[in-house]
Amino acid sequence: MSKALRQLGELIQSAFSDTVDGFHIAKGELTVEAGPDRLVELMTFLRDNSECRFRILVDVCGVDYPERPKRFDVVYHLLSMHLNQRIRVKLKADDETPIPSVTGVFPSANWFEREVWDMFGVLFSGHPDLRRILTDYGFQGHPLRKDFPLTGFVEVRYSEELKRVVYEPVQLGQEFREFDFLSPWEGAEYILPGDEKADTAEPS
Amino acid sequence: MSEASEINIKSYNLNFGPQHPAAHGVLRLVLELDGEVIERADPHIGLLHRGTEKLIEHKTYLQAVGYFDRLDYGAPMCQEHAFALAVEKAADIEVPLRGQYIRVLYAELTRIMSHLLITNTHAMDVGALTPILWGMDQREMLLGFYERASGSRMHAKYFRPGGVHQDLPPDLLQDIYAWCDQFPQYLEDVETLLVDNRIFKQRNVDIGVVTQEEAMALGMSGSNLRSTGLAWDLRKAQPYDVYDRMDFDIPVGKNGDCYDRFLLRMEEMRQSLRIMKQCIEQMPDGPVMTEDRKVGPPRRGEMKRSMEALIHHFKLYTEGYKVPAGEVYAAVEAPKGEFGVYLVSDGTNKPYRCKIRAPGFVHLSSMNHMLKGHMLADVPAVLGAMDVVFGEVDR
Repeated sequence: MSKALRQLGELIQSAFSDTVDGFHIAKGELTVEAGPDRLVELMTFLRDNSECRFRILVDVCGVDYPERPKRFDVVYHLLSMHLNQRIRVKLKADDETPIPSVTGVFPSANWFEREVWDMFGVLFSGHPDLRRILTDYGFQGHPLRKDFPLTGFVEVRYSEELKRVVYEPVQLGQEFREFDFLSPWEGAEYILPGDEKADTAEPS
Repeated sequence: MSEASEINIKSYNLNFGPQHPAAHGVLRLVLELDGEVIERADPHIGLLHRGTEKLIEHKTYLQAVGYFDRLDYGAPMCQEHAFALAVEKAADIEVPLRGQYIRVLYAELTRIMSHLLITNTHAMDVGALTPILWGMDQREMLLGFYERASGSRMHAKYFRPGGVHQDLPPDLLQDIYAWCDQFPQYLEDVETLLVDNRIFKQRNVDIGVVTQEEAMALGMSGSNLRSTGLAWDLRKAQPYDVYDRMDFDIPVGKNGDCYDRFLLRMEEMRQSLRIMKQCIEQMPDGPVMTEDRKVGPPRRGEMKRSMEALIHHFKLYTEGYKVPAGEVYAAVEAPKGEFGVYLVSDGTNKPYRCKIRAPGFVHLSSMNHMLKGHMLADVPAVLGAMDVVFGEVDR
């Protein structure tokens, strides 16, 4: 299994040596790291090459790493029924530079890319209809980003006075509780309240 | 062309839903009509969006299981199954054999539950009221089996990473077996009502046709893909748990229309019955949850005597377990198609990212393709046979 995956990875890397940065196999899954330059070509190759035939685009999703300069990963999962194999293509993106849309290769990418745009704010160039998909009409922000709070910013209710649904800033009945489970004995990097005095108390 | 005919081609917009009994939930379908012929269908989804993926990022792995019941609420346990498999793959957890058998048994029971709901509501959407009355009776018994195993009729939270929550109570297996023996009679009764029924055929044959090429391009899976004639089933192709020990067939359709999808689901229920019976016959004894106390909680009896067990229990239900950093994708053949979970872990006790790949989302995105050129009255038939539940589409 992993030998076949390795061969597949090498085949893809040799065909796209300028845009594919590398591949690795973990937990029996092949991940190819690609650049955005020849993405559409790469996807067409994966779909049509007789040794790949990844005919089904299973999923497109984003992952947010706010500490990186290119903060998003866009992850494509493809399935080849012919080889009974899956492949994952990952590329890095930021919130300004659009990455090429693959709707021309896989029509099913249409809604997936809309969802990535909605949830993360990654732009896709050449997408026929890049609208928000899951969030409310007129929604602001991209909810799956790590810096978007879990509670959101606005809440809705029906106002009896105005006889319509109104949007208001979120008001929590109690403080939002986020538990920190990292044990101080296992190398947590934060300073516990009071710990800063340990250094200042020492006579210099 | 005269001026009068140019005025006549003005198209007509119609809002189907969000509150419509045949919309199977909260779907707003904006239809552009030319007379009664659909020119363009634009589904507006997200009215049931609850931010499941965001919530899971703030919960421990065990707490996240409960959200999966609430995705496709017609078939709760199959979703849990995908998440459990993903966590097990990421953390290298072994599931005891009895746990695997119980999972397969309940996954198939869930498949029948979901197919019962969908075939019957589909029939109701096109005008047949009797099957749903009979079908809900059968489904009620299955919900009873859910309750006896997990304590809950719908949101079971029964399949957990490492196995299943608790062992089955005594006599439950015999009762499920007895249910399996009487169920084919129901299937025959429904088939005599529907399969050769003239109205049912007029509403479904050659409606919403999808070819093999189109189905692959649209990313379809499950029964909708098999109705085009492609024999692709993850239970056979990439077996998980003990599906590789089961003997069953994959029914395929011929024409890829709504009628084929209905027939296919009826046959899939028979195959699920076969799997359930094999599970019950082969069911081994033993633990149902992994004995690794860093993942599986200790038994209640142990906790009364052992300090170690008490500590494990406390740690597991507050902090939870940590999953090594990495990423995995695990998929199951849910009743509606390929249900996948893409899990990114950063080595803490909470998932860094958990993407839910719902089959209904993909199927609904092909709505425009399937409806184009059909009549307005075909919308409920296509939607009913497509099998969407908005819990999983909107997430």
